[in-house]
Amino acid sequence: MKLDCKHVWEHISEYIDNTVDAKLREDIERHLEHCEICSAILDSTRNILILTADDRTFELPVGYSKRLHERLKEEIEN
Amino acid sequence: MRTTETNEAGLIARILAGEKELFHELIRPYERMVYLTLFSIVKNETEAEDGAQETVISAYRHLASFRGDAKFSTWLVTIAINEGRKRLRKAKTAAEESIEEKVGEHEGGYSPAPLTDWREIPLEALERKELREALRAAVAELPDIYRQVFALRDLEELNVEETAQALGINTGAVKVRLHRARMMLQKRLVPYLKTTAPARKLFFGRAL
Ligand SMILES: [Zn+2]
Repeated sequence: MKLDCKHVWEHISEYIDNTVDAKLREDIERHLEHCEICSAILDSTRNILILTADDRTFELPVGYSKRLHERLKEEIEN
Repeated sequence: MRTTETNEAGLIARILAGEKELFHELIRPYERMVYLTLFSIVKNETEAEDGAQETVISAYRHLASFRGDAKFSTWLVTIAINEGRKRLRKAKTAAEESIEEKVGEHEGGYSPAPLTDWREIPLEALERKELREALRAAVAELPDIYRQVFALRDLEELNVEETAQALGINTGAVKVRLHRARMMLQKRLVPYLKTTAPARKLFFGRAL
């Protein structure tokens, strides 16, 4: 089956998560080979996910862990 | 994975048997997850930290009620979500709530940013740091139901089933919300990614 771009977009998330079935995966990959638009969308979405998972993007407040364990220590000891 | 769970079960048994201070070790791998879960709901650093502390204390107090059939991490994140929602209810006015409901979950598709949009953005050499800031801002602006799924799946890396369980929704809703969240972020961040993305595909390396 020949996919149009819109169809590919609908499955981008599942494609990234590797939860599309083998046939659809193959169709999407065939489409990506010749479609720069969808390839760019896929790449940019992947980059966002890589950046999201990077610990430096969403940082914890300085001293968070220390304060948490101090509070817990108080709770345990009392 | 299996080892982690076995170790955890062992730790939990010892804590319940009286070695209470081991709770520090039990919780350590999940500190980040607890904070980020709270932050994704309350969107305020101080509130998130207070909520994270309450979550951990509550988990400590109720550890005996933890059943081994769920993962400890899922149980903990559920407590964090409840704590966050409780705080949100306190802070939020009824007016804000009704605005949010209008966003709804209608079946309208969210399409990603098409290529033409990219060309309208002035080419600035953006530092990675600015990209991170842009991502944080874009995530903060996502509608709540999308942000929470995105935080659990892509930030805290829970799987679909765990996310569904923690939020009390079905796996289909997790997938739909995650997809929309990602597409909304893609749309918002495309101008930043364009100048900083690695040239994996020819497109990125090509001058426009
Ligand atoms: Zn396409």
